[in-house]
Amino acid sequence: MLYRESGDFKTSYKADNQTFPIAFDRYRYWVVLAVAYLVIPFVITDYWASAILVPFLIYSIAAIGLNILAGYCGQVSLGTGGFMAVGAYACYKLMTAFPEVNILIHIVLSGGVTALVGAAFGLPSLRIKGFYLAVATLAAQFFLVWLFNKVPWFFNYSASGQISAPEREFLGVAVTGPNTSAWASYLVCLVFVTACAIIARNLTRGSLGRQWMSIRDMDIAAEIIGVNPLRAKLSAFAISSFFIGISGALFFAVYLGAIEVGEAFGINKSLLVLFMVIIGGLGSIFGSFAGAAFLVCLPVILKLIGVDLLGWPTDLVAHLQLVLIGFLIMFFLIKEPHGLAQLWNVIKEKLRLWPFPH
Amino acid sequence: MSADFLYGIEVIINGLMSGVLYALVALGFVLIFKASGIFNFAQGVMALFSALTLVGIMEGQVPFAHLINAVFGTSIHNFGWTVPAILAIILTMGVMVIFAWMVQKFLFRHLVGQPHIILFMATIGLAYFLEGVGDLMWGSSIKRLELGLPQGGSLAIENLTSGLGGDDFYGFFIDKLDIVATIVAILLVIMLVAFSQFTKYGRAMRAVADDHQAALSVGISLNFIWVLVWSLAGFVALVAGVMWGAKSGVQFSLSLIALKALPVLMLGGFTSIPGAIVGGLIIGVGEKLFEYLVGPMVGGATENWFAYVLALVFLIFRPQGLLGERIIERV
Amino acid sequence: MNIQATDGYVTEDGRTIGGTVLDLKNITLRFGGLTAINDISFDIRKGEIRAIIGPNGAGKSSMLNVISGFYKPQEGEVWFNGKKRGAVKPYEVARHGVARTFQNIALFEGMSVLDNVMTGRLNLMKASIWQQALWVGKAEKEEIENRQKVEHIIDFLEIQAIRKTPVGRLPYGLKKRVELARALAAEPDLLLLDEPMAGMNVEEKEDMSRFILDVNDEFGTTIALIEHDMGVVMDLSDRVVVMDYGRKIGDGVPDEVRNNPEVIDAYLGVSHD
Repeated sequence: MLYRESGDFKTSYKADNQTFPIAFDRYRYWVVLAVAYLVIPFVITDYWASAILVPFLIYSIAAIGLNILAGYCGQVSLGTGGFMAVGAYACYKLMTAFPEVNILIHIVLSGGVTALVGAAFGLPSLRIKGFYLAVATLAAQFFLVWLFNKVPWFFNYSASGQISAPEREFLGVAVTGPNTSAWASYLVCLVFVTACAIIARNLTRGSLGRQWMSIRDMDIAAEIIGVNPLRAKLSAFAISSFFIGISGALFFAVYLGAIEVGEAFGINKSLLVLFMVIIGGLGSIFGSFAGAAFLVCLPVILKLIGVDLLGWPTDLVAHLQLVLIGFLIMFFLIKEPHGLAQLWNVIKEKLRLWPFPH
Repeated sequence: MSADFLYGIEVIINGLMSGVLYALVALGFVLIFKASGIFNFAQGVMALFSALTLVGIMEGQVPFAHLINAVFGTSIHNFGWTVPAILAIILTMGVMVIFAWMVQKFLFRHLVGQPHIILFMATIGLAYFLEGVGDLMWGSSIKRLELGLPQGGSLAIENLTSGLGGDDFYGFFIDKLDIVATIVAILLVIMLVAFSQFTKYGRAMRAVADDHQAALSVGISLNFIWVLVWSLAGFVALVAGVMWGAKSGVQFSLSLIALKALPVLMLGGFTSIPGAIVGGLIIGVGEKLFEYLVGPMVGGATENWFAYVLALVFLIFRPQGLLGERIIERV
Repeated sequence: MNIQATDGYVTEDGRTIGGTVLDLKNITLRFGGLTAINDISFDIRKGEIRAIIGPNGAGKSSMLNVISGFYKPQEGEVWFNGKKRGAVKPYEVARHGVARTFQNIALFEGMSVLDNVMTGRLNLMKASIWQQALWVGKAEKEEIENRQKVEHIIDFLEIQAIRKTPVGRLPYGLKKRVELARALAAEPDLLLLDEPMAGMNVEEKEDMSRFILDVNDEFGTTIALIEHDMGVVMDLSDRVVVMDYGRKIGDGVPDEVRNNPEVIDAYLGVSHD
């Protein structure tokens, strides 16, 4: 009986436009934030941080980024891994070149660098559409990975070709490097996630968001009614890459600490984030979170069941994972192309009527 | 003629051959796209899967052995027999036809009318699924494919051409397997074009590729044609899988070859069989030549990205590909 | 350059028609070997309702596409508000005050009715990306102001009940109305309607005719419309252009055109009383 909107009338456009029009949703949102900021940092363990929470937060940012590009603006990109790499390497170069500057600033700047690179690779989208664009983004993916592998300036001429994040602090607490505690990495990522989600929400509900969606739905009509396709598409690429770059920087500096570019940011990464966006729901911020959570937790759960519970060999479980993920993608696309977000909306609709059937 | 120039020619010849193999994989894409508008990301994995199945059948492996052993605690791996190549190929084709039927019935029948991007993403899911199933059925270690195909550099050609460039030149090194692959690919293309142009089913396929409604209205069963097309694509995938597999062993990287087929299609257009060939050749030669000329200056491994960048540049000037139709947008 | 000197006049029902707002001179449009528009010239005056009629394939939609800047004619000039139009992109034309609806509905199916109509206001919303990202300054204020204007139009076209419905779910007639709303939201000087009555029953046609007349009356918008229903054309329009196979075969007030023998031959047929 809690989930109702009757009697909850809006008397201003401002109230009508808000993110959570139903009171219950609003309270739920604040509760989640409170738990996330005030409870979890005190109870988090290393395992939970590194296996689930930190990757979930980082991938959420990447998924939001890709969702803006593919879900809201309709430009399919298979280059997410490559752009995450740009963020990571930008962060590395900044960290090593300007060690006195705050790491958080470096991360934001890495996002900025990635935004510029993303906009550059987005230029072809003015001539190339649909599949062709998806394949063109592969050019970005493979080229960027090759670039970071081969050009020694990017990894500061180190012999191994790997990059690793030097230790950095914020307010006296280690945030990168081997001495970082779980709650510190978690909090840093959480702060970025909150900021990114708020910005994404603001952009997608305003004029720019509508421009993106109009390009997605019918770009010719959009142009005829006055949308400048160059500005709209490039802004989508730039802003999307900003988020993806931040997630790449966090992935490198806070999560892994050291990466080898082919492994960490290869085509599989691009596909992984794309799956998160599909399963979570195209064109939905909540969906980005849902998809990220799903695809981060799934391998963990499968491993717990398969290896720990049933004693199966790990490679068998890895194969089963592929089968399951592939199956779920096809299943979702058939049953609910709008992903978990839509599923959630349907559940909420039913809740609003509960206990009545309709 | 200088030895360098001749080595350059050798690079081009090898490029042409690898181009033929790319074209083989691209052909599978074109077949399916022409008939159903679906861009089959899983084509490469189909090549891998079909090759894995072929080896598995030939060597008498028990399918899903790993899984069965884990669940039931048994320890079986092999039936103990071997199957001759020809029979194994026929059986593998049977498996691919079953696969085509299942894909049609369980996946694409439910996605009729969906936008292209959804179909594309469904095939990505299919690719992962099939890869997992292939691993579960036959295991993921590298397999050797022993089909009795000639291998190794062709001594005859080497000897024939060694006189051309003076003492520094040792004759063209051309792998016999590549020659066989080229011939097989050419034969396959001729067969496919002949089938498509001259037989009843080929004509039906082309009708479906043009207009689903119209084809339905003259009594063509869409589902049958789609199963046919996917089976043909499966056959093409098998040939491609065998050729690549014989060359470098049957392993996961085979599915990455499919990704390479994408720039081929971008150049040749998604709906043109001759385009797939031409695109494949251009990419094959272009890659090898670029690596030969520019590779040493930038640290090598340019083949990782050259094909894609080439296709990208090309598309910017001609968004419909070399032989595709001009896209006229109407409102 | 100066506007052509034609005097305005007042119609019998009290509307004011002004000088020329759009002038098409010798437009020729070809697609490869096909000549869609063959040396056509006509003008549209401020505040009038101009109908473009003719059999299918005559080139009427192409004409609208030329006016809205989507097609560039190989020959001829387009003069809008007294200035010759150079090489401009379609979205720039929209910014100069031209809005249109489409024959086959070009709404954004993934968005709600409200959002669709709000896209019509895009050229009038000026908040920068930074302001929008942080939802400060102009961003929120603009959103609310424009929402008010859009609600005005939604009231006017009586589509309040469906404002949050995703457009993809609406029946055809309502979609046409939403498209009209989107075009009106841009506060255009020139409104182009491509077969606004297509597929409607008598009641719906009456509603749509009423809306069109109201738009012209209340907002003073100049309207050019393509239409097949002769009754509608004769009732609504001030002047008519008749096209056939890319040529102009008639141009004048409805009564003149109705009695033009060439037009009767090509299109109208002989009427029986």
